[in-house]
Formats: sequence, C-alpha cells, structure tokens
Amino acid sequence: MASNGLATNKLRWGELEEDDGEDLDFLLPPRQVIGPDENGIKKVIEYKFDDEGNKVKITTTTRVRKLAKARLSKRAVERRSWAKFGDAVHEDVGARLTMVSTEEILLERPRAPGSKAEENKGSGDSLAQMAKGGAVLMVCRTCGKKGDHWTSKCPYKDLAAPVETFVDKPTGSEASAGAAGGKGSYVPPSMRAGAERPGVEMRRRNDENSVRVTNLSEDTREPDLLELFRTFGAVSRVYVAIDQKTGVSRGFGFVNFVNKEDAERAINKLNGYGYDNLILRVEWATPRTN
Amino acid sequence: MRPILMKGHERPLTFLKYNRDGDLLFSCAKDHTPTVWFADNGERLGTYRGHNGAVWCCDVSRDSSRLITGSADQTVKLWSVQTGAQQFTFKFDSPARSVDFSVGDELAVITTDPFMEVTSAIQVKRIARDPADQNAESVLVLKGHQGRINRAVWGPLNKNIISAGEDAVIRIWDAETGKLVNQSDKENGHKKPITSLAMAEEASHFVTGSLDKSAKLWDTRSLKLIKTYGTERPVNAVAMSPLIDHVVLGGGQDASAVTTTDHRAGKFDAKFYDKILTEEIFGVKGHFGPINALAFNPDGRSFCSGGEDGYVRLHHFEQDYFSIKV
Repeated sequence: MASNGLATNKLRWGELEEDDGEDLDFLLPPRQVIGPDENGIKKVIEYKFDDEGNKVKITTTTRVRKLAKARLSKRAVERRSWAKFGDAVHEDVGARLTMVSTEEILLERPRAPGSKAEENKGSGDSLAQMAKGGAVLMVCRTCGKKGDHWTSKCPYKDLAAPVETFVDKPTGSEASAGAAGGKGSYVPPSMRAGAERPGVEMRRRNDENSVRVTNLSEDTREPDLLELFRTFGAVSRVYVAIDQKTGVSRGFGFVNFVNKEDAERAINKLNGYGYDNLILRVEWATPRTN
Repeated sequence: MRPILMKGHERPLTFLKYNRDGDLLFSCAKDHTPTVWFADNGERLGTYRGHNGAVWCCDVSRDSSRLITGSADQTVKLWSVQTGAQQFTFKFDSPARSVDFSVGDELAVITTDPFMEVTSAIQVKRIARDPADQNAESVLVLKGHQGRINRAVWGPLNKNIISAGEDAVIRIWDAETGKLVNQSDKENGHKKPITSLAMAEEASHFVTGSLDKSAKLWDTRSLKLIKTYGTERPVNAVAMSPLIDHVVLGGGQDASAVTTTDHRAGKFDAKFYDKILTEEIFGVKGHFGPINALAFNPDGRSFCSGGEDGYVRLHHFEQDYFSIKV
C-alpha cells in the first residue's frame, strides 16, 4: 500500500476504508498492453484489488496468431480497433468470458459414412406412420406385416412354417452378413457367426424331449421316477420338485428322454396311470416363457 | 473442432445475428443486455445497456452502424453499434418479439405480443437516416395472427412481409397496402407454433422451425412447401448455410418438460440436414440445455448456437466439413 501513498494524499484515508475496493480503481495504474511482438506474444498488465484489499498485478501473456485465410473487408479491419464499450470496458482478465472448449466436438454422423441410407429411411417411415395414426407399432411375427393384425390373429398362421428353434435360423445368415457387410451396427459376440452359443445349447438340453409328470405322491423320489420311466427308453435327466422349506415333494417332476419317440410312448402309456394310489398326469413340458 | 464458448449472458439466449461482413456477432438473451462479439475469436466488444426486460430479437444494418433490438420491456431501441449509445426508443403497449431491417435499412418490421387486451400486431416503422429525425409513427399496422408472432421478415425487394407464429400459419403480406397476399394451408403447414424463420441469402426461399418437431422449406413467392425436415425434438431455431446446401436445426426438449419425459431424451445437439435430400448429415453436441438460437456466418465457414444454458458456442468448421458427403 506504500506504493500508492502519493495518490492517497489527495483524499483522506478514512474515506478509503468505507468505500469498497471497486471504487478505488482510479488509484491503480492504467492497463498496459505490450506487443504483440514479432513472435505474436502479447502481454497485458492489469492491476486490481483482491478481496483483502491488496493490490495485485496481473500479467496475461497471450499469443496472437494471424489466421491464414482471414479475408476481412476494410470496414471489418477498422472495427477490429474499436474501443470496448458497455460492460466490456471493465472486463478483467480473470473473467474468462470467452474460452476455447476443452472438449473436441466431432461431427456426429447418424450412420457410418458410405453406408446405404435405405435402412435408416425405412425406420423413419415406420416411425412416421406410427406417429400419424397415433397407433401402437403392430408387427405380426408370423408374416411380418405391419399395422394390420397381431401375431395371434394372423390369417397366414397355418401357412407359415412352424418355427421350431426360434434363434437358429436368423443368426446364421444375418449375423454373417452383418459382419461381412460392415453395417456398423453392433452384433453381440454370442450372436456372431462362428460363436458357440452356450446359452442356447443349455436351454435346449433342458427343453428337449422333456416330459412333465404331475400328481405325484409325496413319497415319490427321483430314483422311483427313474425306475418307472426307464422302461420306455434312455432317460437323460430326472427331476422331482422339492419344497425348500419343508423338504417334502411338491408333487411334480420332469423326465428327459434321449429319444423323442420314447418320450411319446411314455406319455401315451403313463398318462392316467395309477401310481402310489394317485392318478399320474404325464404330458409334454411346455418351454419356459422367459 | 473446438468451439469457442462465450459466457457473457446470465440467462438463456434468445437470438443470434451476424453482421453482413461476418466479423461481428450480436447476441440477445433474457438478461437485459444484448452483446456484440468479434466473430473470429469470440472476444467481447461491448454491451448495449438500457433495456429493462428480456431481449427477444435484434437486427443490424447492412453497414454495421446501427442495431435494432426488441425487448419484453415493451420497447424497441435503436443503438449505435460502435459506441453502444441509444439512439431512439419506440414504445409499445406490449412486448416486442421480433425486429427486422428492410433491404436498404429504411424500414423496420416489428412484431408485438398479445398482452392484456392488446392483440398481436406487425408494425412497420420508418427508420430515419439521421437518428435526430426519427419519429415513432407506424407506417403500417397488420393484424390477423392468433397469438404471438414469433418472427416477421421482409420478402424480396421489400415487397412483402412474411410472418409466422403461434397459430402455426405462415402469412405473406403486401408491404405497401398491408393486405394479406397468401397464407399457408392447414394440410402442408405446421401443426404446432412456429418458433423460428430463416430467410435464404437471396430471399428465394425460407425455412421455418416448429414445435411439431419439424422444419419446412418454403418458396417465398408462391408459399409452396418444398421440403420437410423431420426430427425428434421440438425445433426452436433454424439456420441455413449460405455456402453449402445445409439446414441446421436446433432445439431440444422444453425445460419445463424435463421432469415428465425420459431423462435421456435431451437432444440438445444442433442437427445438420441436407437441404435437398432432407437427410440428416450430422449433429453437433455441446449444449446442456435446448438450443434457442442459431446463426450462420455469411461466409458459411462458421456457425454459432445459443442455448438455454446461457452459452454461445461458436464453431469454426474444419476442412472435413466441406468435403462431407451425404
């Protein structure tokens, strides 16, 4: 504070303390701009009071670069040297009103360059259709018709070939096409050509030639069931549902046959068969819905 | 591309405008001070202090000497671009929404909002060359729009005024007699309020953006619908590149709808469309609020966007932009 002792002579120090720092700006040396020199280095020296009332010198060194392609009109060049006005006059260097983004912004293409637009267009159309009608997207899984009927009401249901294994067919052709064509859309590893779908295999083992047996007596255990069904053919799995808490059989179980014919015969023979004073019910196990 | 961020406004941006040489950028926001920036490096040149409400729109004269701003404080002000001094104040009975200088800067078209019992109107004022001779008389007052008129601009050779607003109808008026010449039909037209209108450089066609999530390209003379650009967000701002056949749409979910819609559905990026094929080319991300204003530099090499987040983002294209193929 000793440095501006001369200036303070003109006014009383008591007044100084009452006022806020901002009003003391006239005590500060004027803003100094040095350069830009031949290397384009420009220095701006400014003085201000910080929050504690100390005088602070701020030196900002910037590099001025000339844009190679800048073609400016004479008027524009003239405007470049216009004095700042309004709030811009008192702009301090620390304000940082203008910043260059730290983040690189890319032009994000909606699809990979060079890919065909048809795909995109199609989806746009169906969306537009949906919006227009205000209806839900209704696609028949049997015949693939859009917006006409639900799968269960499909008039072509009987004509369509039955889908035995719903995952098998599309993956082989489509996934390999996707990989080869480089469509850019993501194909999960399990769906890619050549992948050994473990999930599917597992499900199939449990679902194949599976027979559900219900109305079993509480005493029936898995060996009993195996004994009963083994007579029809090779059995790959026997399972009896047991209540976790009580440890008592829940009265149903599953038997998997290696051959479908054996399973069929077992159903024909054992459905309605009296076993342990109960009438068994034996039928094809329905695949799990999930 | 690294955009330049300009944080001069404390409230959402409302409008952006380049001068004809493309070296100055004017920004309006809901805070009360329009600001002028150098369009190359984003340095702030000055602010225009004097309005007492949100500033909705501005226009700059062809020689970049005068600025006209329309504000919610029910005034339209003329300014000296260089000094920021007020030259004249037009007073109205309702907020001024849009301002536009005619070709030659002798007239200005101003739209005023419906307010209390006052209906919305389009007013034409004569702009005196010498600010001392300026008077507040309206040359023409046009009424007929329902609700707010969000934008009114001059047609080619100042023969017509083209206006659009909340009633979703585009109207073309005779600038001499004030008669309604043409208006867009229900079938082709927008279904929801039109938020923005941008005229092509040579005024042969213009593009409108609407809350019905589309933008449409119209022939100025016949008001024939030429193209429709569909998008999945309400469109708040449109701009056309003067260099390449590109249309930029900006928008995003309304701030008030944030809590009632999917949180991922922000869609705050500026989308570039091919003007002729109406196909989306690319998006430019960055804002964290809806985009309210867009402007293309007259040289077509940069554009800027202003958002609800209070930032102006100035993008100078890199070389790859000019070689992009659809």
